[in-house]
Amino acid sequence: MDEPDTEPPLVVVPGADPSARQLCFAWGPAEVLVCETLFGRAGTGDGAPSSSCVFVVRRDQDIYIQTLRKLFNESHGIFMGLQRSEEELAGKSRKAQLVQVSKNYRSVIRACMEDMHQAAVSTQDPALQGQYSTQVSILSAMELIWNLCEILFVESATAGPLLLRLLDWVRLHVCDVDSMVREVLSSESPSKHKLFWNVVDVFVLQGRMDEARHLLSKEASANPTSMNMYKILDDLMKKMPVPSLSNTQTLTELELKWQHWHEECQRYLQDGTFASNPHMESICKILLGDEDAILEKKELMTTWYHFLVTRLLYSHPTVKPLELRFYAQSSMDLFLGGESSPEPLDMILMAAFEFEMHQVIKECSIVLSNWWFVAHLTDLLDHCKLLQSHNLYFGSNMREFLLLEYASGLFSHHSLWQLGVDYFDHCPEYGRVYLELHIERIPLSTEQKALKVLRICEQRQMHEQVRSICKIMAMKALRNNRLGSALSWSIRAKDAAFATLISDRFLKDYSERGCFSDLDLIDNLGPSMLLSDRLTFLGKYREFHRLYGEKRFPEAARLLLTLMTAHIAPCSFWMTLLTDALPLLEQKEVIFSAEQTYELMRCLEDLTAGNPDKQKFQEDDIETTKVEMLRLALARNLARVIVKEGTVEGS
Amino acid sequence: MFVARSIAADHRDLIHDVSFDFHGRRMATCSSDQSVKVWDKSENGDWHCTASWKTHSGSVWRVTWAHPEFGQVLASCSFDRTAAVWEEIVGESNDKLRGQSHWVKRTTLVDSRTSVTDVKFAPKHMGLMLATCSADGVVRIYEAPDVMNLSQWSLQHEISCKLSCSCISWNPSSSRAHSPMIAVGSDDNSPNILAKVQIYEYNENTRKYAKAEALMTVSDPVHDIAFAPNLGRSFHILAVATKDVRIFTLKPLRKELTSSGGLTKFEIHIVAQFDNHNSQVWRVSWNITGTVLASSGDDGCVRLWKANYMDNWKCTGILKGNGSPVNGSSQQGIFNASLGSANTSLQNSLNGSSASR
Repeated sequence: MDEPDTEPPLVVVPGADPSARQLCFAWGPAEVLVCETLFGRAGTGDGAPSSSCVFVVRRDQDIYIQTLRKLFNESHGIFMGLQRSEEELAGKSRKAQLVQVSKNYRSVIRACMEDMHQAAVSTQDPALQGQYSTQVSILSAMELIWNLCEILFVESATAGPLLLRLLDWVRLHVCDVDSMVREVLSSESPSKHKLFWNVVDVFVLQGRMDEARHLLSKEASANPTSMNMYKILDDLMKKMPVPSLSNTQTLTELELKWQHWHEECQRYLQDGTFASNPHMESICKILLGDEDAILEKKELMTTWYHFLVTRLLYSHPTVKPLELRFYAQSSMDLFLGGESSPEPLDMILMAAFEFEMHQVIKECSIVLSNWWFVAHLTDLLDHCKLLQSHNLYFGSNMREFLLLEYASGLFSHHSLWQLGVDYFDHCPEYGRVYLELHIERIPLSTEQKALKVLRICEQRQMHEQVRSICKIMAMKALRNNRLGSALSWSIRAKDAAFATLISDRFLKDYSERGCFSDLDLIDNLGPSMLLSDRLTFLGKYREFHRLYGEKRFPEAARLLLTLMTAHIAPCSFWMTLLTDALPLLEQKEVIFSAEQTYELMRCLEDLTAGNPDKQKFQEDDIETTKVEMLRLALARNLARVIVKEGTVEGS
Repeated sequence: MFVARSIAADHRDLIHDVSFDFHGRRMATCSSDQSVKVWDKSENGDWHCTASWKTHSGSVWRVTWAHPEFGQVLASCSFDRTAAVWEEIVGESNDKLRGQSHWVKRTTLVDSRTSVTDVKFAPKHMGLMLATCSADGVVRIYEAPDVMNLSQWSLQHEISCKLSCSCISWNPSSSRAHSPMIAVGSDDNSPNILAKVQIYEYNENTRKYAKAEALMTVSDPVHDIAFAPNLGRSFHILAVATKDVRIFTLKPLRKELTSSGGLTKFEIHIVAQFDNHNSQVWRVSWNITGTVLASSGDDGCVRLWKANYMDNWKCTGILKGNGSPVNGSSQQGIFNASLGSANTSLQNSLNGSSASR
């Protein structure tokens, strides 16, 4: 199936010189950067200014986004409903359900059209007005196509009801004549209006018999001489057999009746009954399905598909779906008459009449500038199990392909991307990986946004993306010296190495400033403390300070000791810890037991002995003083505690 | 509808490269004026230059961003035979108010004896690693083992390609099934039929990069090369910018169970070849899902290539300058570029069903 070789759309980048320059470029998530350059050359070298501009090119939906946004949001709801709708219903009820979905989509399109129309009417800017109007036309075309697809594919109307549906379709979409109709009907004496017969013709062409007859009766009362003619015509119109929606008659019965009626009309025409009134005669000819007579009323029909339906109504009302293609082709040829060639819309409708679903979708994809229409329509057709039966190979792939395209487009918008997530969820083959790639690129401009994105990733067990996003946030926080934020992000990322790094920073800060920042966070670490040893130490160390602050000295002492003996504390911090022990050692009460004091002494010796900077220790006065003070305090404590422990029995 | 607007870059000489950061909110430009500029996108979509500084003592050929997991880091490479790594320092509050930021050089990589033509960071799952290639035909791979200390980079591998190199591309796949892989393109102009695209793969056993493939069908100078993002495929897709645009697939064949641990053998197919530029093609680059390829050539156009659901590649868009001058306050002037006849023809065929009620 070779695609027609259409010219690819050309985007003009104003200001960029087309002749001499080459362009370098870069892709962004939503934009392309383009810049003039000269490849392979080392610049002019003489510092001469070049037209150094960078062009930013992107799809622009800003102008329509307010109204289109509603379309996207509401159709998303319908889409999700469709995906979730269980297929427990079968046969007729399932079909009815799908038809309802189709109708819902169409009403969303119409609502969008209304809004767009309102916007067009209320804006002062003529350029904007033009754009809105264009958009309204496009939406109208989409609804026209969708409606036809609903009749032919979703509902798959059978012979009989098919014609009725097509009549409804035409009546709904040919509106050029509405103002004329209104004008005539509201005039004082309609039958005297110069456009009177036009309006009657319109009604006849659209199969609106009752309205036609009603108007004709006004003419009859105004012109008693044609009373006879009128009565006959009125009778013919009243008796015309039409398909009905209920099963009161079979097609065969209908065809028989219709044949008789047709012959009756024929007789009256040939008898010259209407000869004196060319208008009525032409109506009779129309009733007989005379192509030339119908074609004479071209301007009242305005489109070949209106012509098609009128033809069918008056020559073959029991048309079967598969017969449509022949009538459609000939109708289009007759109507256009070689004067004009078919437009893209015509080709799309023709493909629908020919039941070439794939062709319809393909042509729509080419012509429409966004994927919304084809993605949703194809998804619906897929649910009707129509694509699969056509061709297994690319049935499901095409649906997914279009949904992926549509959803990817949503991701360039700062809030609509959330809709895209759901669409990706329902693409079984590539949805997940597309989501992974796109969701990573969402700018994490605020914490809330990052958390929102994270929630989505966590719900889908996208662990790598969770880790990555948390790491990016942690890094950003760290660069801005927001240690607490950085720490909580690394905990969420389960990034032990980074947590260690940040804990070290905290500790360093503490050594330099003597106090902790972000106490709340550290106090409430809970089990996440176990992520890294350093983090555990940080948490426990802070706990030590709290205990000390609450004057729970024995517990504090025990904790302090554990920190060293259990090797939770890094060696670099031991000095600080021992120094922290000093106030405990100098309390009036003896806090450290003998055992504990021995431990502390051992730690101190380990520290000073095993320390490669022994030189440093000996030379640095402060350090030496500290060590001395510690030794003294420890010795004093030992003395006191031995005495205390030695005299415990007694009191 | 596409919209294009221009930003006056104010480089004093030719711009050679322009690069988006990972999230598309910052960009960097580099120029023959030896400087790099960094631009930030504000909430309302305007771009502001937040840093501009001299980076090298020769034309700067390429500039590229590291993954944001490593912070705000840039690498640049230049005619002055060096590549450099830069990190953004969060400035004083004064700077912040003026919307300026400050970049410092973390390291200079001076191993090359000729112009360094490309520099690219490796995929993030490989750690903080980058590769450079030079006109002397050597690809060098450096690593910063401590991501918090960007001044320590060590040269891990030197790959001698024997032909002057113009471009490199890392395979972004993080699948365990794929070893690290790098493609190298050569713009060697001397008359020979040597393959101008070589693929090097990391061998776990020898702990070295070894040549896995050479694309023999590419014998013209290659100006740019790009692996597509992986999407979970088992095979790789590589785009080459040479006298035309070419897209290759490389399908790994089952690894030979040889004693050396086996280099992967690939089945190579060319899936598309376009000469629409009618001239040399200078740059190729993939979008983030690897579904659209963009190329630019001597014809002053950027073309977009896309495969439909039947895997047929076609041109789906062209960006081209029109030469008309741009208004001074370009950021307010939003132009609507025409999208061919597509929309208007659909509108025309609606004569019978106007929606005006």
